[in-house]
Amino acid sequence: MTDVRRDPIAYLDHAATTPMCAEAVAAMLPFLGDSYGNASGSHSVARAARRALDDARDLLAQLLGASPGEVVFTSGGTESDNLAVFGVADGPGAALCSAVEHPAVLKACLAVGGGVVAVDRRGVVDLDVLADLLDERVRLVSVMLVNNETGVRQPLESVVSLVRERAPGALVHTDAVQAFGWLDVAALTAGVDLVSVSAHKFGGPKGVGALVARDRAALRPISRGGPQERERRAGTQNVAGIVAMAAAAEATARGRDDAGRRVRELSTRLLGGILEAVPGVHEAVPRQDRIDAICNLGIEGVEAEELLVVLDELGVCASAGSACASGAMEPSHVLLAMGRTVEEAKRHVRLSLGHASTASDIDATLVSFPKAVERLRC
Amino acid sequence: MDSSVAAALLLEEGHDVVAATMKLWGGAGDSGCCSVGDVDDARRVATRLGIDHHVFNFSEEFEEKVVAPYVAAHVLGRTPNPCIECNRHLKFRRFLDRAVRLGFEAVATGHHARIVNDGPDGPPRLLRGRDAAKDQSYVLSMLTVRELARVLLPVGELTKQEVRARATSLGLPTAEKPDSQEVCFVAAGPGQGPRRSFLGERIELHPGRLVDRASGSIVGAVAAVELVTVGQRRGLGFSPSGRRYALQVDAASATVTVGSEEDLLTEEVELTTRTWVKSPFPVGAVLLAQASAHGRPRPVRLTETGVRYLEGPGKRVAPGQTVALYAGDEVVGSGIAA
Repeated sequence: MTDVRRDPIAYLDHAATTPMCAEAVAAMLPFLGDSYGNASGSHSVARAARRALDDARDLLAQLLGASPGEVVFTSGGTESDNLAVFGVADGPGAALCSAVEHPAVLKACLAVGGGVVAVDRRGVVDLDVLADLLDERVRLVSVMLVNNETGVRQPLESVVSLVRERAPGALVHTDAVQAFGWLDVAALTAGVDLVSVSAHKFGGPKGVGALVARDRAALRPISRGGPQERERRAGTQNVAGIVAMAAAAEATARGRDDAGRRVRELSTRLLGGILEAVPGVHEAVPRQDRIDAICNLGIEGVEAEELLVVLDELGVCASAGSACASGAMEPSHVLLAMGRTVEEAKRHVRLSLGHASTASDIDATLVSFPKAVERLRC
Repeated sequence: MDSSVAAALLLEEGHDVVAATMKLWGGAGDSGCCSVGDVDDARRVATRLGIDHHVFNFSEEFEEKVVAPYVAAHVLGRTPNPCIECNRHLKFRRFLDRAVRLGFEAVATGHHARIVNDGPDGPPRLLRGRDAAKDQSYVLSMLTVRELARVLLPVGELTKQEVRARATSLGLPTAEKPDSQEVCFVAAGPGQGPRRSFLGERIELHPGRLVDRASGSIVGAVAAVELVTVGQRRGLGFSPSGRRYALQVDAASATVTVGSEEDLLTEEVELTTRTWVKSPFPVGAVLLAQASAHGRPRPVRLTETGVRYLEGPGKRVAPGQTVALYAGDEVVGSGIAA
């Protein structure tokens, strides 16, 4: 993958969004210019758009281990997650999700009267609890592949077997939004019925994503309108975004091993450097349970809200918890679900790396991070 | 709008300014005060001024230090001033401490009051704002030199009209914004009687009886004794001699003692939680006491337990209300009516 970004800021917030890769930008540009067709039309301009859309669908389907007809293009991760939940489950007890899901899944599940499955202190879904909750009412079980706040990986294969055994009528959904950049999602979700991805987390543009819905997973549309996406998602397709997403997905899959190795090295140096330089820092999730790209740290005696301001001032972009509508930081529901207190949760920051991360990002952070913590502790 | 102009004035003076909004209320969903709209406005002003803007979430501390005590006081039939408690615990403590940790030298607000220093090393003094009608020194009366040394009040030198003119000429999006509400989290409640609906959700409200002070007989009833404030006349009916006023609220026995306006007068006000801007004044000192945001200052003499009105009796102060103490136009201390 070729990077576009070149600037002096140490950007450690790739889990929030990551810069577009050159392949995606190049693929997108024609569709912001001369190739402006609506893929649903019947004339030559429309047909050109249709061809591009079909090609993108074929490519993405292959990269996600699906057939082209199983790919539903959406406006991003949230819509994909919402479509999976609202399109499958309704009524009390019809949906189950882990307590550490992204709000796009969690709030959708709660909205349909679904239940929440507890996690352990690492944030891994408790399979015994899940087993107890599975009954004939359950239509959908949603467990993410990789958590966006802590990077923890979920035992998806075990979830699938458990659901098949205990609730054969239920479908399994996974939010693979944070996973696609780092893991072979096609292989890991082969037995899963519904899979969400979002372009801007792997080098594509914002506002576009996809939901893989296996042929066996009948989806009710959640918006009404035209017959696009086989009547599973109404609305004119975002051709430019979809084409760019497919290009980014291809570049990601091709460079995944290299990027993974590089990020592993960078993240080892980052974490090692911080733990050595700053006392009172601990990882929210042990390394073997998470992906390398996302590192969530608890820092004793320092509020994340303050640390982020100082880091920002020093040119380091990081994040913490989740922002509410006003932009204020709320204590992370993920950390609370992992048994941390509100006070503890407010002391955690997330450092996340991406395909565009560089050694100088790490160098700069290893200078600024200890300085920031020291300033706030005195 | 006042804080927008404060930021603009400091920028003009060459200060390095960063804007911040305290998120105190409304939960993740947001409504009323600290709403998405208010924070957006602040962000837009900051963008307009070319400065950074942060949102600090102090909602847990606000609940603990302001809202919970506010509710608890009503259970006892007291009428606290949550704005002052917010200033005491949040704005000029939690927020100020954070600003200092983040490396800032001072916190500026849009309050209409003035801080002046007598000489370069003299302690800061807190004075009324230039615009007497907009003066907000009352709600800052619990501050001490410790905080004042790190506080700037740039709009205190201007009239409200001048502030509005500055906001308009700067093209600030908040120029047309009405002044903020007195009790933000209560005013944010829906429909009629916001205080009633707010408190009604948190505590049980009890019907109370009105007992006439002179005759000792029951002369009426109120729907919720917790909502009656000493000095209140609304909703208490008339006696043959005129309007009735609440003289005393006893929540435990659900009794409101009522009487005439004259009965409301008292010689002394007992004060707790006393603060002094610089150092305590001696018993016997003559000061001015102001018992509400825009109340008339009355000359008083300090006593062991509070203040004694000079020049004839003054009105009772509702328990829980802050009494600000002035020497001329200068705030020297505060206390809470017992």
